Amino acid sequence: MMRHSLIFAASALAVAAAWVPTARAEEEIVLPQQTWSFDGVTGTINRAAAQRGFQVYNEVCSACHSMKYMDYRNLAAIGLSATQIKAIAASKTVPGEPDDNGQPTTRPGLPSDHFVNPFPNDKAARAANNGALPPDQSMLLNAREGGANYIFALVGKGYVDPPKGVTVPDGLYYNKYFPGHNIHMPPPLADGSVTYADGTKATVEQEARDVTTFLYFASNPESEERKHLGVRVVGFLALLTGVTYGVKKKIWADIHH
Amino acid sequence: MAGLHKSEFKNPVLNWVDSRLPLLTLMSKEYGQFPTPKNFNYFWNFGALATINLLVMIATGIFLAMNYNPSAAGAFDSIQRIMRDVNYGWLLRLVHMNGASMFFIIIYIHIFRGMYYGSYKAPRELLWMTGVALFLLLMATAFMGYVLPWGQMSYWGATVITNLFSAFPVVGNWIVTLLWGGFSVDNPTLNRFFALHYLLPFVITGVVFLHVVALHITGSNNPLGIDVKSSQDTVPFHPYYTAKDSVGMCVYFLIFAALVFFRPYIFSEVDNNIPANPLQTPNAIVPEWYFLPYYAILRSVPDKLLGVLCMFGSILVWFVLPWLDTSKVRSARFRPIYRGMMILLVVDMVVLGLVGHHHPEGIWIPLGRVFTLLYFAHFAALPFVGLFEKPLPLPDSISQPVLPRGPGGGGGGPMPAGAAAKPMEKA
Repeated sequence: MMRHSLIFAASALAVAAAWVPTARAEEEIVLPQQTWSFDGVTGTINRAAAQRGFQVYNEVCSACHSMKYMDYRNLAAIGLSATQIKAIAASKTVPGEPDDNGQPTTRPGLPSDHFVNPFPNDKAARAANNGALPPDQSMLLNAREGGANYIFALVGKGYVDPPKGVTVPDGLYYNKYFPGHNIHMPPPLADGSVTYADGTKATVEQEARDVTTFLYFASNPESEERKHLGVRVVGFLALLTGVTYGVKKKIWADIHH
Repeated sequence: MAGLHKSEFKNPVLNWVDSRLPLLTLMSKEYGQFPTPKNFNYFWNFGALATINLLVMIATGIFLAMNYNPSAAGAFDSIQRIMRDVNYGWLLRLVHMNGASMFFIIIYIHIFRGMYYGSYKAPRELLWMTGVALFLLLMATAFMGYVLPWGQMSYWGATVITNLFSAFPVVGNWIVTLLWGGFSVDNPTLNRFFALHYLLPFVITGVVFLHVVALHITGSNNPLGIDVKSSQDTVPFHPYYTAKDSVGMCVYFLIFAALVFFRPYIFSEVDNNIPANPLQTPNAIVPEWYFLPYYAILRSVPDKLLGVLCMFGSILVWFVLPWLDTSKVRSARFRPIYRGMMILLVVDMVVLGLVGHHHPEGIWIPLGRVFTLLYFAHFAALPFVGLFEKPLPLPDSISQPVLPRGPGGGGGGPMPAGAAAKPMEKA
């Protein structure tokens, strides 16, 4: 009985799922699927890529995009040393305590500071960006449909010439992967936008891959610990399930039902 | 000694306590010896699983509340702090977040079990009705919990759902203002939702006790839907069902863990990772998956008030299910028509869920209307189906279909005196 209803429910799901693509196909943007070091159950964040990605953020993205949930100390998790982090933080200027006369002051950043915001407030950000607000990047990857593949496609492959007959309004740019295609953000990356210390060739695609890896880390700083713990928890539970099932079998052995 | 309970516990300390506060006797009676039909299938795990899920939610919820800031300005930031800086905060939060989905998966299976095997029928009407009340409380708690992260979907979901009450004539707008604590969803709304989200789980715990008391008066139903005739039909709850429930529990935790550790965001909308912005509506406002069928019913009815009534009515109708169903046979195993109707109802809910997930355009509009009608047709047809449906022959007892048949055609095992001659009471 149970088997029948399950089969029936499954087939209903299959039938229903078969409808879905036809109903959605008209406007769906197909993202090229990439493989990432952080994919899958045992995926980890590629430290070198994440560090290069931070460099891209630091030297390019951070001109407009804030990252307010990240602290400089968090960079230790992608393999930067305490000295490097101190140096990076110290190169930033952050608001300090008011001085003895109550006047606002600034001071060099500390590892415990949030990533510094490029603009004093949202209005200033809009004013500098043709009316558009550059979104905060600390949760960006988790806040966009498609996640890593979307961000990579958007900044790494999306800026192409508009198809024939499509006119892009002034101050906007055509992007193949942006919903609606007209995006305020000018193409952020170019070949050689940054110079990588490790000698990696800084192509647009390389920069996009690296910054996506860094943004994945920023959105999911717990991911490595989570997956690592998960493998052990699930392994333990699988064992426990087996043992418990054996115990149940033994207890029920003398009951006819 | 006058007034003391006669405890059977040998240990003098336990005996002393139990004589004055007979909790041990109660536990041993209700969860130790409690006679339980021996023919349960794994569908009967889900009540216990729901209880465990409730405990998991309360445990994680209390620690989340210690780190959560229930204000429009600070809620989103505090969730990020929990995810990034609180020790194992990410684990607490992801367990709590996915726990809500697990709760609904369990409860939907539990409700299906109750409907399929006729567990709502006499004498279990109040057991069923407390269950429906629990489901409504669960939905309210889940809805208010979803508002707390104060992301885009939290904010706009709250706006859409609370606005539904404005459909009611005369009192509608007054109710909405009361829910909001102002003239739009804002800080006061978040504050009261947080207070209620913390309160309701304890109300649920109370009603769970009523649910269990009602269960232990009537005893459990079983897959055959026939009454227990003799002690041969039952086994003591412990160790038989403690063992069987443990198996279910392990599988449940396995699935739960796989979700939390490997696919924590599979049930969530990406838009909720964007802070609430009253000036910008998301492209599509979609409720959590477990509300989608009711959302589909709401949108399928062209009139707002009627839609709201149909949406609430789609669950409220469960309250009168024991009286809508006129058949004396409980289990769908012996009811060919009802069995088909139940399978159709499951399909119906799945389709309505898909309808709720999609923009109401194209095929989804007629699909929503047809399946909304079908949903209510199920309940409207029940009184009549019971009248003309020919049930299959019922077994004489729970033991009968499995006991080796002796020359007399009866059971092979020793039958307690008086039980064998007892005539069938049901159907």
